[in-house]
Amino acid sequence: MRTGTPARVGQYTALLAYLVFLAFPFLWLLSTAFKPPRELGSLHPTWIPENPTLANFRQAFDEQPLLHAALNSLLAALAAAVIAVLIATPMAYVVARRRTRLAKAVTGWVVVSQAFPFVLLIIPLFLVLKNLRMINSVPGLVLVYVVWALPFALWMLAGYVRAVPPELEEAAAVDGAGRVRTLVSVTAPLLAPGIVATALFAFITAWNEFFFALVLLKTPEKQTLPVVLTHFIGAEGVADLGPLAAAAFLATLPSLVVFAIIQRRITGGMLTGAVKS
Amino acid sequence: MRARLLALVLLLLLAGCSSGGTRDDGRITLRFQSLAWQEESVEANKELVKEWNATHPGVRVEYVQGSWDSVHDQLLTAFEGGEAPDIIHDASDDLADFAYGGYLADLTELLPARLKSDIPQRSWETTTFGDGVYGVPFLQEPRVLIANATWLKRSGVRIPTPEKPWSWAEFRRITEQLSGRGTYGIAWPLKEPVSATLNLSLSAGGRLFHRGADGKVTVRFEAADEVVPRTIRAQAGTDRSASPTTLGSGGSDTLPGFFGGRYAMVPLGFSYRQQIVQQAPKGFAWQVLPAPAGAGGLTQGVSPQTLSVAQDSPHQKEAAAFIDFLLRPQNMVRLALGDWMLPTGSRALDDPALRTPEHGWATGAALAAHLRPAPAQTVRGYPEWKDKVATPALQEYYSGAINLRELRKRLEEDGNPVLARYQR
Repeated sequence: MRTGTPARVGQYTALLAYLVFLAFPFLWLLSTAFKPPRELGSLHPTWIPENPTLANFRQAFDEQPLLHAALNSLLAALAAAVIAVLIATPMAYVVARRRTRLAKAVTGWVVVSQAFPFVLLIIPLFLVLKNLRMINSVPGLVLVYVVWALPFALWMLAGYVRAVPPELEEAAAVDGAGRVRTLVSVTAPLLAPGIVATALFAFITAWNEFFFALVLLKTPEKQTLPVVLTHFIGAEGVADLGPLAAAAFLATLPSLVVFAIIQRRITGGMLTGAVKS
Repeated sequence: MRARLLALVLLLLLAGCSSGGTRDDGRITLRFQSLAWQEESVEANKELVKEWNATHPGVRVEYVQGSWDSVHDQLLTAFEGGEAPDIIHDASDDLADFAYGGYLADLTELLPARLKSDIPQRSWETTTFGDGVYGVPFLQEPRVLIANATWLKRSGVRIPTPEKPWSWAEFRRITEQLSGRGTYGIAWPLKEPVSATLNLSLSAGGRLFHRGADGKVTVRFEAADEVVPRTIRAQAGTDRSASPTTLGSGGSDTLPGFFGGRYAMVPLGFSYRQQIVQQAPKGFAWQVLPAPAGAGGLTQGVSPQTLSVAQDSPHQKEAAAFIDFLLRPQNMVRLALGDWMLPTGSRALDDPALRTPEHGWATGAALAAHLRPAPAQTVRGYPEWKDKVATPALQEYYSGAINLRELRKRLEEDGNPVLARYQR
């Protein structure tokens, strides 16, 4: 079916409007990061700073240990993503392929576990970590992030496993491949985009997470980036807007870069098996 | 091969994450969680910690940066887990639950007489819960009128002073006089309408919360409590002398309109002056005026910033000694200047640096004697009453959706059962 020109124009206009809607906060953040204080208090703000300055970035770095905090965030997010995927992948395979009662119960529990608000969990989690002597340690935080990301990672990966036709594994078995060989040579390559997408989800969740990090990490040298960003906010929500925007802009960069690098693999993975050829 | 590489990366990551542990050299280490956030304030706090550590080799203080944004939840979890900092920076209106919950040390016997006598009784009342004192109130800020000096001068209105402030009626008349087409005499930032209304209502003799002989608190919205809400409603509604668009805004949101010549005055906390100094266009002349006065004079409610000691701290005496050091008169002045607020200590308040007319310091300092504990300070159940009853009721009243009778009904009839639940 061919789409007429007016309809096509309408589609592109809607798409453009959606893009603007999505990009607006980020572009405004970018603009704010380069504005001097006087322009931040202007009644008629401009998109392009009239007197662009790097002072906000300088102040942000002078006042807070941003690089150190970013390194902590990176370590915690990478470790959480890798561990979550390592645990979730075999679990997801079993849940998707074995139609036992246990597998159904696990899936049900995963869905139910998403209903608990984290404020409900924080005190019990804190006490557990305290008994494990993991308060104020990045590994303790990683453990929490893994537990936090695991249910959704499992649910997401199980969907990817289901999308891999079991017939492919059966064909490999007919050709003489053992269970491990089938998993490694047939299933795993087809699951790769799903694994990458899940890892990305776990990474971004951990990278942006604030409350657990705030509560669990006590010493400044262990704090993560989202916690350090709140140091630019004062009582009654008054903020040091310029340095906050500069630091927040830098904090969004790693997520953007990671996403840009692997987005092709994600969309590729999503389309795998979508059509029969 | 790939699996081995992955395992290696994982091991390296975890090795990189591992905690460094703490040095065990026999010295006492105290953790001081500060909520200072402005550049000068953080600097002042860190310098003072450094000075303490240089002169007290046996008691090392570790500076921990906290955040106003989530301090209550963070402290609650830390208290429950027995991992709270030894010295805690907070605000007096956040202390009630922690004090009644047994998480904070009673400082009555821990603080030296010098500090006790330096801070006036009215300030100590903000941190007294039951028979104990659970924090040292050290910085506070009145709500003041920040005015466009050129606009006021041009209009010829009488400029109020702490000695001769505007009455609420005069204030209403003047804001009407200052207003014009597209411009307003005042812009009320009432994102948090309850604390602003309650604290300012003390100037009109309002109390709202009445404690009975049985110690239980009830809400009564009487004639004196009506003065401030009535004035604001009239300005935003009938007079059109207050911008209707800022009623839901925070203080910072009103500044562009103030600098742009849309509003002649904005009622803001005293510390907003720092933002004004930073953001005001070159040549913009502004001044600090006292808030209007009524039957209660210039009285206002405040919730000072506080320093407390955790009940679980094994070194309460040392923690109190550090607080005493931090709040020596000259140090309190440094903290006040860093935060652009007023110190509670009477000797610090007399410091010439805080009596200068520049940036309105002198006007603010003159108001210090009129500051009283915020009316809601010790009312149990206040947060729920505020969120569920008072905030929506006042927002609707100020926007013109309900009348004064309905406002009274909501605050009293809907509000008292909420408070009663906490006072059984």
